[in-house]
Amino acid sequence: MDSATPAPPPAGAIDCDVHINLPSTRVLLPHFDPYWREHITRRGLERESLDTTSFPANAPINGRPDWRPDNAPPGSLLPALQSHILDHFQLRHAIGNVLNGAQVIFSEDLSAAYCRAINNWLQKEWLDRDPRLRASIVVPVHSAELAAEEIHRMAGDTRFVQVLMLSMAELPLGRRQTWPIYKAATEYDLPIGIHAGSSYRHPPSAGGWGSYYLEDYVSHAQGFAASMNSLVAEGVFQKFPTLKVVLMESGVSWLPAALWRLDKTWRGVRAETPWLEVLPTEIVRQHIRLTLQPFDAPPTEPQLITLLEQLGSDELLLFSTDYPHWHFDGDEALPAGLPDALRQKICIDNPLATYPRLRT
Amino acid sequence: MPRHVVARVDEIPAGTCKIVTVRGREIGIFNVKDSFYGLINRCPHQGAPLCEGAIVSRLVSSLPGEYGLSRPGEMIRCPWHCWEFDITTGKSLCDPNSMQARMFNVEVEPGKDLVEGPFVAEAVEVSVEDRYVVVTM
Ligand code: FES
Repeated sequence: MDSATPAPPPAGAIDCDVHINLPSTRVLLPHFDPYWREHITRRGLERESLDTTSFPANAPINGRPDWRPDNAPPGSLLPALQSHILDHFQLRHAIGNVLNGAQVIFSEDLSAAYCRAINNWLQKEWLDRDPRLRASIVVPVHSAELAAEEIHRMAGDTRFVQVLMLSMAELPLGRRQTWPIYKAATEYDLPIGIHAGSSYRHPPSAGGWGSYYLEDYVSHAQGFAASMNSLVAEGVFQKFPTLKVVLMESGVSWLPAALWRLDKTWRGVRAETPWLEVLPTEIVRQHIRLTLQPFDAPPTEPQLITLLEQLGSDELLLFSTDYPHWHFDGDEALPAGLPDALRQKICIDNPLATYPRLRT
Repeated sequence: MPRHVVARVDEIPAGTCKIVTVRGREIGIFNVKDSFYGLINRCPHQGAPLCEGAIVSRLVSSLPGEYGLSRPGEMIRCPWHCWEFDITTGKSLCDPNSMQARMFNVEVEPGKDLVEGPFVAEAVEVSVEDRYVVVTM
């Protein structure tokens, strides 16, 4: 960006995507019930890291250098998170997302047991220790019934403000097998947060397995577009009219072109999905939101303004730092060139409008 | 505006369309349950011969997995990109307010009235016993 210098977010901003990482699987042991604790220790699973392939802790992008603690994985220490972002940016809230292989383990019961332990751990070790923190409910994404059970178990704790899923799972996210998750979430007015990530049952690229992270990371935009198409086409938003979906770490610039194509194609094939009575763009604007970082901004400010116009609404973007991932340096969490009114909307109004539990 | 006799009513049975040319312009005359409508034979999208498309129903659904047919025979599907138009209003389904096919005023008149009044009967021979489709343009 050439002219304006990026300014930090206004005080009281709500950070809608912060990563809370397990320092080790072992920390979960007190949070399993006795059966699963014995299961885990008999198999020695507490010695296994369940880091997901997409986010290896040592990759530079996954920990900003000045946010890396000395002896622990980035994002695994509360005092660090407090000083790096909560205090530093004077945040009102930050929504913590735990990305962990537990969500996608093949055994549905084991996956559910891990997710319960993670949610218990989040309550005790994070939410109880800082009133500014909020979190997403971690669920076994491949078992809709068990995921719904976990939503019911955790929803009473209103510090959990959404349900966490991944953009690429075993099935496209709109398929009916997944609907019990959306049903449970809407019962509590919880948005579904879809984070970049894959269970790697399929290549992230529809063309096959890539060789490099460059391919993997860039393919995520296609994964998000596919998830969006599936949610729209399958009629999830007609079935669950109050459902909100937040795409996290999705990037933003792919969206206008994806919507143009979706709208154009819909005009000719809409008879196939008669529940879609209005342009897909209208459905997306009503139901889908995107977090800001990593922001794939175009190279110049005028182009940024064009992109914002193409999005067609100032309600779509939600502030996020994506802590501790390394997408910006210093305080430059917001791209330069955003109009002031939009900064306020992105940082405060839009998150409040999206997450009912942040308003109470 | 001049009135043009374009067809005998029995040439266009219910559920069908006849394409006629009036003052150099192609118009599809549709018989929808014995009401007649005239639609320009040019799709407002990219100019396809709209009235040569399939005559279809309006598919409706209140929820995914629930399917209903409504208004059978009242929609025309463009032969090129399959946009659907309401035969009775010309409005497209995808963009009803800004994407519309031009409609023409169509009436049915008994031949005995037509033999007297001023009208243009291009390729149609008018006899007093029959009923005729008349386009005003
Ligand atoms: S020309 Fe009719 S839909 Fe394209």
